[in-house]
Amino acid sequence: MTLLKVNGTVVDVPPEYTLLQACEAAGAEVPRFCYHERLSIAGNCRMCLVELKGSPKPVASCAWAVRDCRPGPNGEPPEVNTRTKPVKKAREGVMEFLLINHPLDCPICDQGGECDLQDQAMAYGIDHNRYAENKRAVEDKYIGPLVKTSMNRCIHCTRCVRFSAEVAGVPELGATGRGEDMEITTYLESAMSSELQGNVIDLCPVGALTSKPYAFQARPWELVKTETIDAMDAVGSAIRVDTRGREVMRILPRLNEAVNEEWISDKTRFIWDGLRTQRLDRPYLRGANGRLEPASWTAAFGAIASAVRGKQGARIGAIAGDLATAEEMFALKALMHALGSQNIDCRQDGSTLDPAFGRASYVFNPTIAGIDSADAILIVGSDPRHEASVLNARIRKRWRKAELPIGLVGAPVDLTYRYEHIGAGPESLAQLASGEHSFAKVLRAAKRPIVIVGQGALARADGPAVLALAAAIARDGDRDAGWNGLAVLHTAAGRVGGLDVGFVPAAGAHSAIDMVREAGAGALDVLFLLGADEIDTAALGNAFVVYIGSHGDAGAERANVILPGAAYTEKSGTLVNTEGRVQRLRRAAFPPGDAREDWAILRALSDVLGHRLPFDSFGELRARMVAAHPHLGVEDGVVLHGPGALEALSVSKAKLGKAAFGNPIRDFYFTNAIARASAVMAECSALAAGRLAEAAE
Amino acid sequence: MAVRRLAEEQPEGFAFDAANMARARREIAKYPPGRQQSAIIGLLWEAQSQNGGWLSEPAIRYVAEMLGMPYIRALEVATFYTMFNLHPVGTVAHIQVCGTTPCMLRGSEALMDICRHRIHHDQDHPSADGRFSWIEVECAGTCVNAPMVQIGSEVFEDLTPETFNRLIDDLDAGRPVKPGPQVARHLSEPEGGPTTLTDPSLYAAAAKPAAAPVAAPAAPVVAPAPASPAAKPAGIAAPRGGRGDDLKVLNGIGPKIEKTLHELGVFHFDQIAAWTPAEVRWVGEHLAFPGRIEREHWVEQAKALAAGKGA
Repeated sequence: MTLLKVNGTVVDVPPEYTLLQACEAAGAEVPRFCYHERLSIAGNCRMCLVELKGSPKPVASCAWAVRDCRPGPNGEPPEVNTRTKPVKKAREGVMEFLLINHPLDCPICDQGGECDLQDQAMAYGIDHNRYAENKRAVEDKYIGPLVKTSMNRCIHCTRCVRFSAEVAGVPELGATGRGEDMEITTYLESAMSSELQGNVIDLCPVGALTSKPYAFQARPWELVKTETIDAMDAVGSAIRVDTRGREVMRILPRLNEAVNEEWISDKTRFIWDGLRTQRLDRPYLRGANGRLEPASWTAAFGAIASAVRGKQGARIGAIAGDLATAEEMFALKALMHALGSQNIDCRQDGSTLDPAFGRASYVFNPTIAGIDSADAILIVGSDPRHEASVLNARIRKRWRKAELPIGLVGAPVDLTYRYEHIGAGPESLAQLASGEHSFAKVLRAAKRPIVIVGQGALARADGPAVLALAAAIARDGDRDAGWNGLAVLHTAAGRVGGLDVGFVPAAGAHSAIDMVREAGAGALDVLFLLGADEIDTAALGNAFVVYIGSHGDAGAERANVILPGAAYTEKSGTLVNTEGRVQRLRRAAFPPGDAREDWAILRALSDVLGHRLPFDSFGELRARMVAAHPHLGVEDGVVLHGPGALEALSVSKAKLGKAAFGNPIRDFYFTNAIARASAVMAECSALAAGRLAEAAE
Repeated sequence: MAVRRLAEEQPEGFAFDAANMARARREIAKYPPGRQQSAIIGLLWEAQSQNGGWLSEPAIRYVAEMLGMPYIRALEVATFYTMFNLHPVGTVAHIQVCGTTPCMLRGSEALMDICRHRIHHDQDHPSADGRFSWIEVECAGTCVNAPMVQIGSEVFEDLTPETFNRLIDDLDAGRPVKPGPQVARHLSEPEGGPTTLTDPSLYAAAAKPAAAPVAAPAAPVVAPAPASPAAKPAGIAAPRGGRGDDLKVLNGIGPKIEKTLHELGVFHFDQIAAWTPAEVRWVGEHLAFPGRIEREHWVEQAKALAAGKGA
């Protein structure tokens, strides 16, 4: 630690700190544009100038290390001033230069009201402009359907360029030309292809890069902000949903160092137009003519009651979808048990994860933050870049800090970092476990290895064997005390919650795949779909299908009765992310029309079916769920499981198959019903498909 | 400088020919493994030379692929440096006219007017026959010969509208042209010969040996052979009266040389004034500055000072 005097107070900071960080540690505010904690230092905006005693000129505090400061003549700590007259003058000067070419179009700029330049011009600028020449004009660039450019406003901080090269790992943005003619663009104005590109909108300190779908939609001060959790993937990114009236206007990331730092994927950010279209806003009933007709809640419930009446429990089933909350599944499970059915499943993709092996067998045990301290990574049957983009950025961050060995078993994909492709299927994994492959040595020697197992390796018949093998690889070696390296990467936001509340068939009952098959064979009469759209809905035969969900997608199309539910921004609930972190959804808007929160639908339905569920409010439901599963009561809590918790896995009797591991995500932009309803996602998907076709040529 | 964009019309593709490929590999090999991207400027330059003096979009992509870097990174470099022409240039000559202050004061605007009339009204546009193009550039560093233009790797200096017109005519006709000053003048020497330091006595000390090669060109131009063997001057153990003269007063002597002289036992002006040519040569060599004492006339200076002190 090094002593430093900031504005007269001595602070003790690490020597590798920059002056800017040291000033912040001392409580002195330093304005900045180009500096960003998670990006490399550029030092080109000059806004962070401070006075350093002994230096003839003000220094850029973002690019000056504390250890580079000279002590005073008698060994006094170096002295930095941020409030002196020269500093004020320097800031005013820099601000005046920045504003020379910056248009005065704040009234028509989407950044207005949340603009760093606007705020800092108010705080540190002068009140008039001495520049009377022409301002420069820059052509706006096309860089994709998500990010709108207004290049007159650009102040050349290069945050976006550094983000795309460093964090996203897809170096597409660059600065062409130089001096006054410098321009930010992609190569020949092609669309950006990164799945994290939306973050440049947040990074841009001015209004040069703004959200294209949100353009001219709302002003920040008229939006109601709700802090909630993302449900597009199983990472559980912290988000802020901004609403005006009952409409979601945009989604922004929140800071959560343990999960998403401050990034979110494009699907998380731009999904909101899908929340407005294809909505189920009233109950529907399939009439005698085979068409879905609007109906009242009473008629819909009545139809379900008559369909269920007299049916054996074993001929009734329920499948929960990827976005279902733990509370809903807890309630549905209780209802199904009351109806005498054990046919419940939250694994609509056919995943073989089973809570019977203990919780450590289906969560990301090392935690996402644990990636930062990993010393070797093995990825099995997964494409983390598209299954969990933010988590992939975390792996890349770790890889950039100091290159670590990364191996991949499965389909070779571009992960934005270097890895060794070990093989395509279970055989390669077996080679790793037996030590035949050279990468096995790396894994064995590692102190903190992570074995990421994706759904591509688990949603298949030999899933349990693959998981057992992965667990063996994760355990086999001299590990740091308590380090559990088995990391199951989920793609569905509700999956871990469903496994936690035991929304899986009891022994002898049907799994999701079985239920679909039985329904097709006429052995299942009634099937409840709680937002389940990813099953083969065409194969359900003559079963009476009840669809509870928010969007008119595959499930609703096949349904006999549709009960309109709420989307993830419109309800309270618990989602458990892939590391087992218990997170709470908070309602930001109301469901449209007659739609209701799903738990309330289940509660009302249970009454009609004659098995009234024992709760009258969401609070009561959650209290009952927490009583049954105490770990779900700790918000943002992660229960860590040591390596011993993996022992249960080693008893798997399944045989390894031969087929190569596939990737569960065929189209990153179309993974759930909300995304499929979004026009923005459709545009992104078409662009991605075009890139794929071009690459194949 | 204006905004630099890629040309609208681009060729189909680009690939290095065998010679340039070999050159490119040599360029890449200069950098350690994993740092081959450092060769970007060299490779773009090769590509530009092969492509008739301008850099096409396929060439930029080709170089980027060769170095395993994103296209945008190569484009950044190509647009940053004005030495890379992004538009087709004249096949005979791409004339870079310096427009910076010294050249402007000496008439570069007239040269640019000629370019506007004879080549194309706008910069960076080849003439109708595609043989010439021109561009205004910043200082090319031959201000003393202003105004100047650069064509390829040659500079043409001391231009007037007449000589510049003739230069273009000659180039157009394929006649040989003479780079450098276009007036009777050697490099950046004054026109019509030297105007200062013309007094021959200034060169008196060096005149005799210098005269020899003039008289007999066969004689090698080397330092004059020692006329007499060098001899160490006799010193004294300590300054007389305990205090020496301030030798630094002599033009050419600083604290360092003064210290060395003290070590030799030289403390007073009259000691230096009494040095024989042999002693002067010895001290010069001892100080590792042979010839300096003569050039700076230490002995004469010391004589004057010693006389002044005595008086």
